[in-house]
Amino acid sequence: MSATTQTSGRFQQGLSRLLQSRVAEVLSYPHGVDRYLEVFNPLWSATEVRARVDAVQHLTADSVTLTLKPNSNWEGFVPGQFVQLTVSINGKRHTRCYSPANSLHRKDGCIELTAKTHADGFVSRYLRDAVRVGDVVTLSPAGGEFALPAQRPERVLLISGGSGITPVMSMLRTLCDEGFKGEITFLHYANRADDMIYAQEVADIASRHENVTLLRAFPEKSEGGELTGLFSSEHLFKSVPDFAQATTFLCGPPPMMAVVEKVWEEQGITDRLHKEQFTLASAAVDEDESAEGEVRFARSETLVTNDGKTLLEQAEAAGLNPESGCRMGICYSCTCKKTAGKVRDLRTGEITSGDEEDIQLCVSVPVGTVTLDI
Amino acid sequence: MSIYSTLTPEQFDAIGQELDAIRNREVADLGEKDEKYIRNLIKRQRQLEVAGRGLLMAGFLPPAWLAGVACLSAAKILDNMEIGHNVMHGQYDWMGDRKISSQQFDWDNTCTNTAWKHTHNFEHHTFTNVLDKDHDIGYGILRMSEDQEWEPRFVLNPILAVILSTFFQHFVAIQSLKLEDYLIYKTKTKEELKEEFKPTWKKMRKQLVKDYLLFPALAGPFAPFVFAGNVTANLARNLWASQVIFNGHFPEEVEQFPESVLENETRGHWYVRQMLGSANFEGGRLMHIMSGNLSFQIEHHLFPDIPAHRYAAISPEVKAICEKYGLPYNTGSFMRQSLSVWKRIVKLSLPGKSKPAGKGLRGKVVSLIGEPKSATRQAA
Repeated sequence: MSATTQTSGRFQQGLSRLLQSRVAEVLSYPHGVDRYLEVFNPLWSATEVRARVDAVQHLTADSVTLTLKPNSNWEGFVPGQFVQLTVSINGKRHTRCYSPANSLHRKDGCIELTAKTHADGFVSRYLRDAVRVGDVVTLSPAGGEFALPAQRPERVLLISGGSGITPVMSMLRTLCDEGFKGEITFLHYANRADDMIYAQEVADIASRHENVTLLRAFPEKSEGGELTGLFSSEHLFKSVPDFAQATTFLCGPPPMMAVVEKVWEEQGITDRLHKEQFTLASAAVDEDESAEGEVRFARSETLVTNDGKTLLEQAEAAGLNPESGCRMGICYSCTCKKTAGKVRDLRTGEITSGDEEDIQLCVSVPVGTVTLDI
Repeated sequence: MSIYSTLTPEQFDAIGQELDAIRNREVADLGEKDEKYIRNLIKRQRQLEVAGRGLLMAGFLPPAWLAGVACLSAAKILDNMEIGHNVMHGQYDWMGDRKISSQQFDWDNTCTNTAWKHTHNFEHHTFTNVLDKDHDIGYGILRMSEDQEWEPRFVLNPILAVILSTFFQHFVAIQSLKLEDYLIYKTKTKEELKEEFKPTWKKMRKQLVKDYLLFPALAGPFAPFVFAGNVTANLARNLWASQVIFNGHFPEEVEQFPESVLENETRGHWYVRQMLGSANFEGGRLMHIMSGNLSFQIEHHLFPDIPAHRYAAISPEVKAICEKYGLPYNTGSFMRQSLSVWKRIVKLSLPGKSKPAGKGLRGKVVSLIGEPKSATRQAA
């Protein structure tokens, strides 16, 4: 058994070295090896992490849990970290960050991502409604500072709100699989008991492991739960009196996180609090025509006040010399990466999303503050 | 007299609005259909390429050699035209897949992405058929317009045209160098030329090593068969691509413009210039795909960044607009357009202006409009 695994492992290593060799590069020039591999199997790639959807579950009405089987380019993750998931929706690629919720010690090598859908959650809605078993998605390598330290802490407090449960779920599952002996308190805030993702599993874990204390908090007492209401310092002082001694991992909506952080600041123990910032879409853009905000040219470290002209004109006025051509949106010479902010297409009046994407400078007018990679 | 000088400013504006409406409608409709189309096409292209290269390895067997050349030629043509040319126009940039974007895509051709986007997307598409601005008028080698002043070297026009077609990928690759500025007009120094040639040479080298050294070497003793196969496939692509491109702009009735038309040119004027400066040719679905839908050159010049597979459906509307405003819609069979192009090439090898005035469509058209309105600008 182990001999076969070793041979196939060596074969795979050799193959991957061959595919990444200089000869393969020249033979497949200019497209690259991947562009030929993916013709035979969309999962095959010499470098990119791609994964097949193995299962689609709906643990609550407004969430979806995807079990993904990654190809051999996946190098694993640390509980708490996130991956960028890229899917194609109506022809257009969209990328979002999700934290794997599975245990590090999962046997089948699969990754579990859970997304909660909300009203303007374009991608999460697609994941819930349209993703099917067998689909292939693209992943980034795992990243992020929010991670369970290799040297496991003695006392662990996990605080989460809503879909912020996923990274701490991974921590809880991993620690329990490892036979972690220290105390773990799992404090979770949800709007309703029915909306709590992983409710059943967390309850099971708490009943099976004596060192795990489960504290569920819902706004209404009628929902059950060990606590009632939004996060407050009373919850902590009453139910987790030793929280100052714990290493705490926090992930949830920004308002909740702000309140939690304040308690740790007051106690002067912010170094014991690890947190994952959920980046939400910036505030809704004012639709009226007046120019606001600023244009930030990140690479050239230049900043100008948005004067409402096209980004190309503003860049040139700022003394920059981005490549450009037709100045009417047809030649794509001036295409560059926008890393943040929204722009309006002069031709269609359409306003883009605030995501990172390529835009044409000559026909794009900033709507509020915009950051460009030039 | 060209129809261009008889349209009123209001008519130019109206044409602009009607074409903009088509454009906006198509842009709003972009989606899964387009993604499926281009991904599927890329898949077919890669399969053909792998099959072609594979078959050529057994090229000592004549049927394998012939099939290999056919597959590889088709693969190179698809890669350059319906995929490369169109992707580098930004037709699929909205998909957000950098591998299929004008920024990153590179083709199986010696011309670099950057140089191509400059000479083609910018110069040729912005200044279509404007003398001294659109380098595609003769590529600095040929005399393709009556208004290009005759020089003795143009006696060789037909021969040079054959050479240009034969080595088309290399001429396209060095087009941005404007070699004639160094060789003939002496406005460029050798050092400048050398510097500009660097990135192109880097790409050329890789392409040449791949096709003429590495793949033949893989076949060991049968290297000559692979070498010959690759030469033939590159030649087939060169001849086909150059003819398709010539047919798009150089049939005899297609107009060229003096630089003065560019002053204060409105969107409507630009659209009209594109229509007068382009010509289509007819054919079946396969013909359209293999020509990168440049068989719809008119539609392509109006909407260069709209996925080309949509041109066929748009063309009746463009034709209707042309009819409405008395503009010619130049089309014909592939053979007719090709003959017309070569007739022009031969004619222009001799000095003098011999442009057929008011013939064919245009004659009919002008009379439809009746009284020529006050011309807002003068065209050739």
